[in-house]
Amino acid sequence: MTAPLILVQDLHKQYETALGPFPVLKEVNLRMDPGDYIAIMGPSGSGKSTFMNILGCLDQPSSGDYILNGQHVATMDKSALAKVRNRTIGFVFQGFNLLSRTSLLDNVALPLVYAGVDKPTRHARAKRLLERVGLGQYLRSLPNQISGGQQQRVAIARALVNEPRLILADEPTGNLDSKTSQEIMALFDELNQEGISIVLVTHETDIAEHAKRQIHFLDGSIVSDTANKKPVEENSMEAA
Amino acid sequence: MFGAMLGEAWHAMGANRLRTFLTMLGMVIGVGAVVLMLAIGQGAQESVKRSIDTMGSNLLIVLSTPPGMGGARAATGSIPSLTVKDAEAIAELDGVSAVAPTVNSSAQTIFSSNNWNTSVIGTTPDYLDVRAWSLSDGYTFTDSDIRSGTRVALVGRTVVDNLFGDISPVGKTIRINKSPFIVIGVLESKGQSLDGRDQDDTIIVPLTTAQRQLFGSQFAGSVRMIMVQADSTEIMSLVEDSINNLLRQRHNIREGADNDFFVRNLTAAANSAAETTRTMSLLLGAIASVSLLVGGIGIMNIMLVSVTERTREIGIRMAIGAREYDILLQFLLEAIMISVVGCLIGLAFGIGGALLINMLSQTAIVISSQSVVLAFSVAATVGIFFGFYPARKAARLNPIEALRYQ
Ligand SMILES: Nc1ncnc2c1ncn2[C@@H]1O[C@H](COP(=O)(O)OP(=O)(O)OP(=O)(O)O)[C@@H](O)[C@H]1O
Ligand SMILES: [Mg+2]
Repeated sequence: MTAPLILVQDLHKQYETALGPFPVLKEVNLRMDPGDYIAIMGPSGSGKSTFMNILGCLDQPSSGDYILNGQHVATMDKSALAKVRNRTIGFVFQGFNLLSRTSLLDNVALPLVYAGVDKPTRHARAKRLLERVGLGQYLRSLPNQISGGQQQRVAIARALVNEPRLILADEPTGNLDSKTSQEIMALFDELNQEGISIVLVTHETDIAEHAKRQIHFLDGSIVSDTANKKPVEENSMEAA
Repeated sequence: MFGAMLGEAWHAMGANRLRTFLTMLGMVIGVGAVVLMLAIGQGAQESVKRSIDTMGSNLLIVLSTPPGMGGARAATGSIPSLTVKDAEAIAELDGVSAVAPTVNSSAQTIFSSNNWNTSVIGTTPDYLDVRAWSLSDGYTFTDSDIRSGTRVALVGRTVVDNLFGDISPVGKTIRINKSPFIVIGVLESKGQSLDGRDQDDTIIVPLTTAQRQLFGSQFAGSVRMIMVQADSTEIMSLVEDSINNLLRQRHNIREGADNDFFVRNLTAAANSAAETTRTMSLLLGAIASVSLLVGGIGIMNIMLVSVTERTREIGIRMAIGAREYDILLQFLLEAIMISVVGCLIGLAFGIGGALLINMLSQTAIVISSQSVVLAFSVAATVGIFFGFYPARKAARLNPIEALRYQ
């Protein structure tokens, strides 16, 4: 049995509000092995984003354990967490979250700046990834000069630039039309086949079907955790 | 890493040019003002110091009338109250090392076809010692010249430049108010006096010659001024008192009546002038520093606005791996860059302004490397000091809240 990439045990999260403590996650348990591909679904307000933020070391649970890559996240200090976000995890957001005044090349290269990589290497790696997501001719463009689907490709390139083991994507296709969504999902599928573990949140069943496993949240708890029957390849064959 | 951060800071500065320019303006004005004020202040100090150095040490002067009244009395033709005999008596007092009675007036001088109006001083050989004045060429006159009233003259640098040009003056004959004088020496240049006169625009002749042959002979034996050098600075007020007593006695001034002469401690006056300019330049610098402080507060203000505006950007950076330190450094570098660039522009304006003032008004200026270094390091410190709080505020943002910020 391989060591899990993610191990979440008895995780709780509550927000302190003016009306008292407000529980958002209740007793969440999850185990994810390297190479897994999980789609998280559930109604709005069920705690999916909150859970993703905790997985991404952007937020801390109120109680319970989160072990990432064999390390207890609770024991890490701020700069160790920053390093995990930089090296181990790649984020893809619904709103793309690119720096608007910065060229696509520099956007993609930015995580490498914080990793202390020298400039020629930064630029070479960023360029290679932009070419890989089909945007090799837009290196010097600004984010507002390209379409939403293209911006999301840039965000994926940025998430990949430090060769993470895990990609966390919170509604990555939420702002995109269905054709563009399928293109983005094809990219995720490809990355997963290369061995990168992926957790993505979505409201669309056809997006969730790309994953190997589907988890459903309801009121801060996981209510179902099932393996997808159809392999991804067949699915895309049908669509074609 | 650092290079990339510098590049980003530069980029951020260019992102909102007008705002960056306005923020920088505070710095530009602050540094410019400091540099300009230091240049003027130090220039004033420098010229006062030079005047004092060339004045002669431990000097008292005795004037025949109080200053300000001299013109009126002279015009009415009253007899100057001081005499050569007074000077000789003062020379006998304890603590007096040298005495030089003088008469002076302006006179027209001519050499070949050149005319020059200058101030002619008639005095004794001790004058040069009292004023610590040496000759750059030739030799001075002696007591025997005083006794026989020879027509010899020592000429100042300015007179030489205007009358002789490139010709060596020693041995030449000039005319002072039409009488011929032989130039026997050239005075070392002294520059400006404390009251701004050109000390080199002068001719020195033996006292008796001046009295008898230049300024009319009706007041033979009277002098306008007696310069007195004391043995040391400490006893100057003592000497001042004994001169007062001696002259009141000699002039038969009754108890309670006003002096018909006036004693002034030149060295004390000079020192207080030096003190005044020092205070003035400190004050100028202090006032200018306030504008530097205001510039710094402007930077802090803008950086705080910038941090708020860019909260989401900070969140994104944190999500992809920026440490607190990276964010801190980024905003600190921006603040420092604004203040340093502002400082450089301010330096240029300050130095340019100082040179312009010097050119237009002949005001002495001193641009010392210390004041440039001072202004620069103050600017960098202002950048760090006023940039630190906003930068720390940015670095301490919670990544999740920063990302959610709209
Ligand atoms: N900072 C906060 N303070 C208080 N409550 C919060 C805070 N952030 C989120 N919540 C609450 O936590 C609950 C879960 O929010 P979350 O964003 O995780 O939902 P979600 O499942 O991602 O929903 P959606 O599908 O709409 O994105 C919501 O009820 C929300 O109001
Ligand atoms: Mg959500």
